[in-house]
Amino acid sequence: MVVQIEDSQLVKKYIQGDERAIEALINRHNSRLTGFIYSKVGDRELTEDIFQDTFMKVIRTLKRGAYNEEGKFLPWVMRIAHNLVIDHFRKHNRMPMYNSKESYNIFSLLGDDKLNAEKRLIKEQIDSDLLRMIKELPEDQQEVLEMRIYKDMSFKEISDNTGVSINTALGRMRYALINLRKLVEANNIVLTN
Amino acid sequence: MEKLYTKDQNKTKLVKAKPETIQFLLSYSKSLNITEVDGLQFESNLN
Repeated sequence: MVVQIEDSQLVKKYIQGDERAIEALINRHNSRLTGFIYSKVGDRELTEDIFQDTFMKVIRTLKRGAYNEEGKFLPWVMRIAHNLVIDHFRKHNRMPMYNSKESYNIFSLLGDDKLNAEKRLIKEQIDSDLLRMIKELPEDQQEVLEMRIYKDMSFKEISDNTGVSINTALGRMRYALINLRKLVEANNIVLTN
Repeated sequence: MEKLYTKDQNKTKLVKAKPETIQFLLSYSKSLNITEVDGLQFESNLN
């Protein structure tokens, strides 16, 4: 018959200096605690790190004689682990969880959003074409389009600034876009990158 | 009946901390020494 010593007894032995007691406690709760952490973080390596930090904290607290929850060892350890998981998420700003697989490719998560040389040239060409066509619009339409698209102003603000009603501003914007489309078609310009 | 087994073998392994982690913790425990001086506690690692 195997007699299992209670957690509280092992804690007491460990505080008295019996190093084997902490080994028994770690091994006893290894699976449960690891499962608990893994269920929250979903990453094996991270689970291992948090498991280690949890027991380092347990060891320090017990050695300092600051433990006072006799009989409730596992819930106490779980609470430490839970707090460390929260700390981790806080520190990493709730980064989304990704399952690591063999096909995992870091470049699917990290990307260079800068344009390459070719795309940059195309963009410059589009910008200059567009600017040239905007200059061909009647001045009142140019003004509204510039305020709305380039200065990101609302139609209310455009109306206040130009002294026309909101409806007039909306109408000018509408005609500006219609005319721009006509100019694009007439000049056979491709405005896509 | 459809098979309910997972294709990813990794998921079926029992989740448990590695023996190296346990070994590290045991060594850490042995090396950690707390000294109290005038009501203040000092931690030291005797490696």
